[in-house]
Amino acid sequence: MIGLEHYLTVAAALFVIGIFGLFLNRKNVIILLMSIELILLSVNINFVAFSAFLNDYVGQIFTLFVLTVAAAEAAIGLAILVCFFRNQGSIDVEDVNVMKG
Amino acid sequence: MNASDFSVVLPEVLLSLYAMLALVVFVYTGKDKHAVFSIWLTSGVLILLAAIIGFGQSAESTAFNDMFTDDSFSRFAKVFILISAAIVLVMGQDYASKRDMLKFEYPLLIALAVVGMMVMVSAGSLLTLYMGLELQSLALYVVASFRRDSAKSTEAGLKYFVLGALSSGLLLYGSSLIYGFAGTTQFGGILEATQVEHLSVGLLLGLVFVLAGLAFKVSAAPFHMWTPDVYEGAPTPVTAFLATAPKIAAMGLFARVVHDAFGGVVGDWQQIVAVLSLISMFLGAIAAIGQRDIKRLMAYSSIAHMGFALMGLASGTTFGVQAMLIYMVIYVMMNIGAFAFILSMERDGRLVSNIADLQMYSMYEPLKALCVTALMFSMAGVPPMVGFFGKFYVLRAAYDAGLAWLAIAGVIASVIGAFYYIRIVYFMYFGDETEPMDSHSPRRLTVILVVSAALMLLGTFFSLFGLEKLALTAAISLAG
Repeated sequence: MIGLEHYLTVAAALFVIGIFGLFLNRKNVIILLMSIELILLSVNINFVAFSAFLNDYVGQIFTLFVLTVAAAEAAIGLAILVCFFRNQGSIDVEDVNVMKG
Repeated sequence: MNASDFSVVLPEVLLSLYAMLALVVFVYTGKDKHAVFSIWLTSGVLILLAAIIGFGQSAESTAFNDMFTDDSFSRFAKVFILISAAIVLVMGQDYASKRDMLKFEYPLLIALAVVGMMVMVSAGSLLTLYMGLELQSLALYVVASFRRDSAKSTEAGLKYFVLGALSSGLLLYGSSLIYGFAGTTQFGGILEATQVEHLSVGLLLGLVFVLAGLAFKVSAAPFHMWTPDVYEGAPTPVTAFLATAPKIAAMGLFARVVHDAFGGVVGDWQQIVAVLSLISMFLGAIAAIGQRDIKRLMAYSSIAHMGFALMGLASGTTFGVQAMLIYMVIYVMMNIGAFAFILSMERDGRLVSNIADLQMYSMYEPLKALCVTALMFSMAGVPPMVGFFGKFYVLRAAYDAGLAWLAIAGVIASVIGAFYYIRIVYFMYFGDETEPMDSHSPRRLTVILVVSAALMLLGTFFSLFGLEKLALTAAISLAG
């Protein structure tokens, strides 16, 4: 029987993979966008699992909002990335270094 | 949901309708020919809404099943968000026209960001919190990379986007845990759930994630790493905006979450906020010493200021919220003046941002040098200036709440921080001779600088213009 904790474990694993993807990735900015998507989707799994467990619809409504916002976020991220590519001629993470902080 | 719900959210609805309508109208008429008109129109609309909210006498109310709260606290924050956004918008006009940034979308994106901020400070549930925060953030990512042809600006936008999205992810993960363990997303429901039984592990974990996400948004250390790069890379008018209105909104949201949703378990979040405050104050004070770029310097300065504002919040009392609000308003007034000055720092029509360019500034611009001196002393917290009272309030709030160690650390950090503010003054009055900067800066910027500096001095003699009382009403409605 698959219970709430199994879903939470999967979501937590995806969340951690997403965070690691953001920090360990040294290659490509697109991978950063994918990691961000992974984080948001792990949150969705959490919400839907809790929603089913609590018999409460708010979690599923929340998921729909998160999905919509994630789409908008990806669109803006890609748009900024296109501008960045035009200036820099590359989308390597290592080239995001005009300013040293 | 009924008609009275919509009357509560009327300012937000009006502003978003304005932004969408103006977008369509400008596209079909002159596009960028109307850019200047668009700036002034948006600014006017923002001021008008501030007046409607500030002078409106309607009772405190909630809408949409408590998902949206309209109380004195949110009104206080909204008025200052709207006013500062309007002033900063007008400040950037000359910069934009000189650098081909005069696009009609810019003020409209700012207007949409302001809608997001207004929703943030009124949030009554995790869902409204998230939607407001994202509306604000998405608009800010775009304006940060608004100079599409500049490598610095697009890089700043990219960094801001990636780290902002990460912080939203952390915040959301925390929200999902809070929802699961409290069984509701409403702040009122979460407050009840924490009172029935003490904070469960799941709720505590959720609280930590949410606070981490919010700390990103207020750029409190150790979640500050985006701030210097974004401040340096973004076009200066955008930097001026990032340093003012979004900070009030993010601190307002912070206060709302910790008091409305977790007001019953002050002891649990107090230590987290206190540590955030401690690290921010010291990091902001120490890391700014090595900076030569004035925009990066302002970034570290804002990190330090956020540390002080969080100190007020860390006390967990009504007086703490009041102190935080007073501090934020003073901080925003100082920053508007400082950025009006930074926007006027030009040599041969090019913007300069190295603080060494300010050497002997007082020789050829005595009035502006005097104003900047007043602002810098105020930021450092030197007594006759208003900035001192901001610090005084938060320190007293922390001391009264039994956080004497934090108050002492705050005093030490402000002494360290005074060094780099006073160094700017030193350069202006006692530096070496260098090539002078352009003297014909736009009159608008000079007026804003002089008014801001004058407020820093006069505020002391007019008991902060009644700010204390307004902040008290706001704080009581939140944490009373």
